[in-house]
Amino acid sequence: MSVTLLIEQLLNGVQLGTMLFLMASGLTLVFGVMGLINLAHGSFYMVGAYATATVTASTGSFLLGLGAGIAAAALVGALVELLVIRRLYHRPHLDQVLATFALILIFSEGTRWIFGSSPLWLSPPSWLTGFVTLPGDTRYPIYRLVLIGMGIAISIALYLLISRTRLGMRIRAGESDREMIGALGVNISKLYTLVFALGAGLAGLAGALVGALQSVQVGMGEPVLILAFVVIVIGGIGSIKGALLGALLVGIVDTLGRVYLPIFFQAFMPPSEATGVGSALAAMLIYILMAVILAFKPKGLFSAHD
Amino acid sequence: MTNNTSTSNSSSLANRASQRTTTDAALASKANSHFDRKGLVQLTLLGLLLLLPVAAYFLGHIYYVNLASRITIIAMAAVGLNLAIGYGGMVSFGHAVYFGLGGYVAGISAFHAFDLTPFMSWPFTVPGSDSMLVVWLVAVLLCALLALAIGAISLRTTGVYFIMITLAFAQMIYYFANSWPTYGGQDGLPIYIRNTLPLADSSNALTYFLICFTGLVLAMAITSRLMKSRFGAALTMARLNDVRLATAGINPYPIRLVSFVISAAITGLAGALYADLNGFVSPAMLSWHFSGELMVIVILGGVGRLYGPLAGAVLFVMMETLLGGITEYWQLFLGLVLLGVVLFAKHGVLGWLAGRERNE
Repeated sequence: MSVTLLIEQLLNGVQLGTMLFLMASGLTLVFGVMGLINLAHGSFYMVGAYATATVTASTGSFLLGLGAGIAAAALVGALVELLVIRRLYHRPHLDQVLATFALILIFSEGTRWIFGSSPLWLSPPSWLTGFVTLPGDTRYPIYRLVLIGMGIAISIALYLLISRTRLGMRIRAGESDREMIGALGVNISKLYTLVFALGAGLAGLAGALVGALQSVQVGMGEPVLILAFVVIVIGGIGSIKGALLGALLVGIVDTLGRVYLPIFFQAFMPPSEATGVGSALAAMLIYILMAVILAFKPKGLFSAHD
Repeated sequence: MTNNTSTSNSSSLANRASQRTTTDAALASKANSHFDRKGLVQLTLLGLLLLLPVAAYFLGHIYYVNLASRITIIAMAAVGLNLAIGYGGMVSFGHAVYFGLGGYVAGISAFHAFDLTPFMSWPFTVPGSDSMLVVWLVAVLLCALLALAIGAISLRTTGVYFIMITLAFAQMIYYFANSWPTYGGQDGLPIYIRNTLPLADSSNALTYFLICFTGLVLAMAITSRLMKSRFGAALTMARLNDVRLATAGINPYPIRLVSFVISAAITGLAGALYADLNGFVSPAMLSWHFSGELMVIVILGGVGRLYGPLAGAVLFVMMETLLGGITEYWQLFLGLVLLGVVLFAKHGVLGWLAGRERNE
C-alpha cells in the first residue's frame, strides 16, 4: 500500500513537473532572449485549452484539437508580440509587468465574454483512458503516463532545437549578446516573434493536455503561471536546464508534500487538526523551498544571466 | 563649490537639496510655477475627496460615503506601495499580503472578542480585542515584521527576481490563509460588529470615512516628510544609482529594507481599515490580483508622486463602479485602459493633469 502510494505520487509529481516545464521553458526563453517578464503566459495556456476543447468537441478528434490548441496559442502569441510586447523590450520591468497584467485582464474577460463562465468539457480520447499496472501492483492512468512521455519527448526536442539547429544557435546568441547578433545581420524582430510564439505554443500545449485532466475554465492559467515563476526563479531565469530541474523539483515536492504532510502530522495530532496543519503547510512548501534556495543562491540554481 | 555641483547636476538629489535651501533662483522659480498648477490639482483632489462624502452624508446617500471610504483606504494602501515602487524603485508584486494581513488582524481580533475566546492561551493569554487602536497597532507591527522577513530575503535579489520572489511569498501566505480552517479558510471571516474607537462612533459612515481620511493624509504626510529627509535622499539615490550611494559611504540595503518595511506597514494599516469597512475579510484581499490592482493604481495615478496613488485610486474605483454598472466584463476595459496608459501615457493621470515631476 505504502510503496504503491509512493510510486503513484512520485509519478504524479513527475507529471506535474513535465507540464510545468512546458510553461516554464517558454517563460524562461522569453526572459533569456528578450529580457521580458511576461505575466500573460498563463493566458496562452488558457487559449490552448479553450481551442482544444472547442475543436475536439466539434470534430470529435482529440489530436486535431491538440493541434488546433498549439496553433491557436502560437498564433495569439505572435499577434500579441507584434501588437504589444515589442513595444516593451526597452521598458523597465514595471511597465512590462503592468502591460502584461493588462493583457491577462483582457484575455480572461474576453474569454469569459465569448465562452461564458462555466467550464468547458474536455476529456482524453477513449484510446488513452484506462489504467496500466506498473511493477508493485500500482494501477496508473495511461493518460498521465502519456503526459509524462510527451513532456520528456518535448524536453528532448527543445534541447535538440536549441543545441543543434540554426534557430537554436541564434536563440543562444540572443541570450548572450542581443546587440551583437543584430549587428551580425540576424533579423532580431523576426527572431523575437518566433521565440515568443514558440513559448506561447508550448504553453498552449500544456494547457490543452492538462485541460483534459482538470477543467477548461477562465483563470486556469494563473495558478500554473505562478508555479512556473517559482520554477524559473529556482532554476535561474533564462536557463532551460534550470527550468527542467526546477520543474521536476517543484512538481515532486508539491505533490508529495500534499500527500505526506497531513499523514506526517497525524502521527502526533488529532486527524482533523493534522489535515488542516498539514495541508496548510503543504500549500506553502514550494515557496519555502524557493526562499531557502534563494537565500543561498540569489540567482537561482543555474543562472544564465547576472 | 557645492552650489556649483547642485546647479550642474540634474539628479533629483541635488534638486531636492536646492529646493530646500532655495539658493538657486532659477530652480526655485521653476518649482513655484509648478506649484500653481500642480498644487491646484492636488488641493482640488483632496478637497473633493473630503467635501463630496460630507455632502453626500447630509443628503442621505450613505452609499457614496462608503464608496469614498473605499477610495480613501485603497489610496492609502497604494501610498504604501508607492513608497516602495515609486520612491524606492522596488517593484513589489506582493503588497496584497500586507493589506490582507492587516485585514486578518482586524478580523481575527474581532472574532475572538465576539466569541470571548482567547487568541492564544499558551505560554500567555492573548485575548481578542474590539478596539481599533489595538488592532491598528498590531496590524502595523505584524506587517512590519512580515515585511522585514520577506524584504530581508527578497532584497538580496534585484530586477525580475525581486518581482517574482515578492509575488511568490505573497502566494505562500495566500494559500496558507486559504487552507487554514480556523478563520474560515477560503470562505473568509465575517466581522459582525465593527471594531470600536474611544470617543467616536465608528459605526457611523461619515465618522468612519473621516477616520480613513485622516489615515490617508497621515500616510501621505509621513511619505512626504520621509522623502524630504536625508533618508529620503538616500532612498532616491538607491533607486537611481546604488553604486554611487555606496561610494558615498551609505549601504543601500538597509535603506531599502527600512522603506520596504514602512511601505508594508502603511499598506497593512489600510488593510485593517478595509476589513472593518466591509465587515469581512477573505483570502481575496491577499490575492495576487489585488497586488496587481494596487500596482495599476500607482501607475494610473503617476508613479513616484505624492498624490499619484490618490488620483489612481479615485480613477480605479470610479471605473470599477461606473463600468461595472454597465457591463460585468468591465475588467476587459480596465485592461485596455491600462494597456493604453502603460504604452502611451507613461506619467499617469497626474502627469497629464499637473505636469511632470521635476526629477522625471
